[in-house]
Amino acid sequence: MFSFFKKSPKENTSPAPTQEGWLTRLKSGLKKTRDNLQNKVSGLFTGRLNDEWFNELEEALILADVGVKTAQLLIKNLKIKAKEERVEEAAELKPLLRSMLIDLLSPLERSFDPDRAKPFVLVFAGVNGAGKTTSIGKLAQHLKNHHYSVLLAAGDTFRAAAVAQLVAWGERNQVDVITQEKGDSAAVIFDAIQAAKARQIDVVLADTAGRLPTQLHLMEEIKKVKRVIAKADPSAPHEVILVLDANTGQNAITQVKAFDEALQLTGLIITKLDGTARGGVVAAIAGECPKPILFIGVGEQLDDMQPFSANSFVDALIE
Amino acid sequence: MLDQLTERLSGVIKTLRGQARLTESNIQDALREVRIALLEADVALPVVKRFVEEVKTKALGQSVITSLTPGQAFIGVVHEELTKLMGEKSEGLSLLAQPPAVVLMAGLQGSGKTTSSGKLAKWLKEQEKKKVLLVSCDVYRPAAIEQLKILAGSLQVDFLDSSANESPVAIAEKALDYARRHFFDVLIVDTAGRLAIDEAMMTEIKALHQALNPIETLFVVDAMQGQDAVNTAKAFGDTLPLTGVIVTKLDGDARGGVALSVKEVTQKPIKFVGTGEKLTGLEVFHPDRIASRILGMGDVLSLIEDAQRHVDQAEAEKLANKIKKGLDFDLEDFKSQLIQMKKAGGLSAMMDKLPAQLTKNIPQQGGVDDKAMNRVEGIINSMTQQERRFPGIIKASRKKRIAAGAGVSVQEVNRLLNQFEQMQKMMKMMSRSGLTKMMRGMKGMIPGLRG
Ligand SMILES: Nc1nc2c(ncn2[C@@H]2O[C@H](COP(=O)(O)OP(=O)(O)OP(=O)(O)O)[C@@H](O)[C@H]2O)c(=O)[nH]1
Ligand SMILES: Nc1nc2c(ncn2[C@@H]2O[C@H](COP(=O)(O)OP(=O)(O)OP(=O)(O)O)[C@@H](O)[C@H]2O)c(=O)[nH]1
Ligand SMILES: [Mg+2]
Ligand SMILES: [Mg+2]
Repeated sequence: MFSFFKKSPKENTSPAPTQEGWLTRLKSGLKKTRDNLQNKVSGLFTGRLNDEWFNELEEALILADVGVKTAQLLIKNLKIKAKEERVEEAAELKPLLRSMLIDLLSPLERSFDPDRAKPFVLVFAGVNGAGKTTSIGKLAQHLKNHHYSVLLAAGDTFRAAAVAQLVAWGERNQVDVITQEKGDSAAVIFDAIQAAKARQIDVVLADTAGRLPTQLHLMEEIKKVKRVIAKADPSAPHEVILVLDANTGQNAITQVKAFDEALQLTGLIITKLDGTARGGVVAAIAGECPKPILFIGVGEQLDDMQPFSANSFVDALIE
Repeated sequence: MLDQLTERLSGVIKTLRGQARLTESNIQDALREVRIALLEADVALPVVKRFVEEVKTKALGQSVITSLTPGQAFIGVVHEELTKLMGEKSEGLSLLAQPPAVVLMAGLQGSGKTTSSGKLAKWLKEQEKKKVLLVSCDVYRPAAIEQLKILAGSLQVDFLDSSANESPVAIAEKALDYARRHFFDVLIVDTAGRLAIDEAMMTEIKALHQALNPIETLFVVDAMQGQDAVNTAKAFGDTLPLTGVIVTKLDGDARGGVALSVKEVTQKPIKFVGTGEKLTGLEVFHPDRIASRILGMGDVLSLIEDAQRHVDQAEAEKLANKIKKGLDFDLEDFKSQLIQMKKAGGLSAMMDKLPAQLTKNIPQQGGVDDKAMNRVEGIINSMTQQERRFPGIIKASRKKRIAAGAGVSVQEVNRLLNQFEQMQKMMKMMSRSGLTKMMRGMKGMIPGLRG
C-alpha cells in the first residue's frame, strides 16, 4: 500500500522519479553557486594521482562538512583501494570513492512503516530552527497522500506563534491539530494520543520546542515528554526523530549523540538540502553515531520531502 | 566535547619546549593542529588556510621573550591573530540617519532573524531609549508575522500589522511611511528566510533594501553553521550592502567558527551575538571572547564580567579568597554561591562560559538544572549551621529531618550532597590549576589580554 516509504535499500539503486526530480533540481539550482566553489569534487577527477591530488580531495570533502577525521579516514581507505586496484588516473577513482561513500551511507536507509501500530506516534526533536514544524507539515501531506489519517500535536508551547505555525500547516493539509491554551508539551501530546485513539486516527505527529543540548533542563523536559507518551500508549512513541539542518557543521555530531542519549532516537530527518550546504556531516554521523535517515527536506512547500537514498545523496555530495 | 585546541597543542608544545625559537620545521606540527582545531570548530577551509599562513609568518618573525616558552609564544600568536581577524569590539548599531533609522534583517531559514529583531527592539528601547517600530515582511512562512507580533506585544514595542496577502515591498513602504508619520526613531524590518541561490527571493530582498534604504543591513547567521557559511555570506554580501552580522545560538556548544568565516568573507563587523531564545539573550560582540571560544579556551572573560555585573563584590571576594587559600568550601558557601549564580543568569549560563578543561570533569547529569536551584536552597535552609559547615555529619536521621523540613525526598537531599561534593572538587580544581592562576597564565601567554 505504501511502497514509496517501504522501499528496501536495494530498490533504491534505481531512484524513483521523484528522487531524480530532486536531484536534477538540486543540481540545476546549485550549478551557479557550485561553479564558483573553489573545490568542486568532480573537477578533481582528472589527471594522474599523487599526494597533491589526494590533499585536494580531502579538502573538497571537508568543504562539504564531512569533517577532518572522516575525510582523512576516507582518503586513507581510498589510497589503499587505489593501490589494490592499480588505479593511476584520477578519473578511475571516482567510482571507487562513490562506492565507498555509498557503502558508508546505505546502512542509514530504512523504510518507514506506520502500519506497525495504531495510532503510530512520532515525536520530532531538534535544535532551534532546524525544521521540525515544517517537516511535520510535509510529512503529514505525504501520509495523507498515502491515505493515512493524521493528527498533529502542538507540543511547542514555548516559542512565540509556534502553535499558530503548526495550526497553519494543519489547515494546508486539512489535518486536525490538538492544541491547549495552557499546559506543557507532554500534556498536549498525551491529549493528542488519547484523541487519536478515540477518533481511530492512524498517525500522530508531535511537535516539540527547539532546544540546544546544553540546556539541560530542556533535555530533561523532553525526556519527560517521552515518558508521558508511554503512559498514553506503552508501545509509543514509535519513532523519535531528530531533525537536523543540512547547514550544520560538526556540531551535528554532538546533536545526534546528545539527543540519542536523552531520547534513544529511531531516526533522522535532514532538512534544507535544497540549499548549497551538502550535509556532508552525515558521513561523519554514519561513522561515529549512525542513525537511520528517514527523510530529507528539499524545500518549504508541502511536497518538498523525499525518502533518503544513499545513492542520490552521494551523487549530490560528489557531483 | 570536541577536542580543544589547547588540549591538542599541549602535546606538540611539549616538544617545542627547550627549543630556543620557533622555526619553520618545529612549528609544522603545531600549525597542523591549529588547522584541524579550526576546521573542527567549523571555520571555513579557505579562511583556515589563509589564517594558518598568517600565523606561520607571524610566529616565525617572533623573537621569543625569555619568560615564555616557544609553545606559549605560539598560542599567544594564534590567539592574537584570531582576535585581530574577528575585528573590533562591537559598537552596537549605528543609527545616525534621518529618523526613522531603518534596520533590515536578512539570512537563511531558521537562522534567528525574527527572534533577533525582537531582541534588538528590546535593546534599542531599553538601552538607547528609542521609539521602535517592528514590522514583518515574511509573507511566506506560516505564522511568521504572528510570531513577531507576539514578541512585540511582550516587549510593549509598537508593531505594524501586515498580512500574507500583501507584497513584501508594499509592506516595507507602508511601514516606512507609518514610521515617518508617527515619529519613530527606529524601524526594524524582519524578512523571510531565503536561500542564497533562490534568485527570486534574492531579487526580492534587494528590492526591499532599495525601498527602505536602511542604515543597518544585518546578516543573521546560526553559530552551528558549517563550511557553507562562506558561500551564503558571500552571496548575501554580493546582493546586499551588508553593514553587520549577528551570530545567533551561541548559548549552544557549537564552537562558532562561522563567526570567523563570515567576518572574513563579508568584511563586516559582528555587531551582536544571540545567547538564548529569550529576548534577553543578546550581547554585544567581543572579538577576544569568540576567539577563545573557537580555540576552546573558554569564555573566561565573559564569565568574570558576568560575575562582576551580577555578583555581590564582597561575597565574591570572600569566596575567591577561600578558593585561593584552598580552604574548605562548605554548604554555606554553596548556598551563597547559588544565590550569586541565580543573579548571574543561572548555573548553566556560567558553566557554558567555563573552559571545557574544567567543565568536562563535572558530571552534567542532573547537576546543573536551574530550576532545581530553588529546591536546593530550600534544603540548605533546613540544615543547622553545624551541618552546613560540616556536611560530613549529615547521616540518615539528619537527612530525614532535613528532607521533611524542605518538603523533599531523602533522595533529593542525597543528590544535593553529591552535587555539593562535585562542586567542592571543582573548587579545589580551580584553586589548584585555578581560574586565577589560569588568568595570570593567560595574561603572560597572550599579549593584549585583559586580566
Ligand atoms: N529551504 C528549506 N527551508 C526549510 C526546510 N525545512 C524547513 N525550512 C525552513 O526553515 C525555517 C525553520 O523551520 P521550522 O519548521 O520553523 O523549524 P523548527 O525546528 O520547528 O523551529 P523552532 O520550532 O523554532 O525550533 C522555516 O523558515 C522553514 O520554512 C527545507 O527543507 N528547505
Ligand atoms: N538558543 C537560542 N535560540 C535562538 C537564538 N536565536 C533564535 N533562536 C531560536 O531559533 C529558532 C529560529 O528563530 P527565528 O527567530 O524564528 O528564526 P528566523 O530566522 O526568523 O526563521 P525563519 O523566519 O523561519 O527563516 C527559534 O526557536 C528561536 O527561539 C539564540 O540566540 N539562542
Ligand atoms: Mg517549530
Ligand atoms: Mg522569521
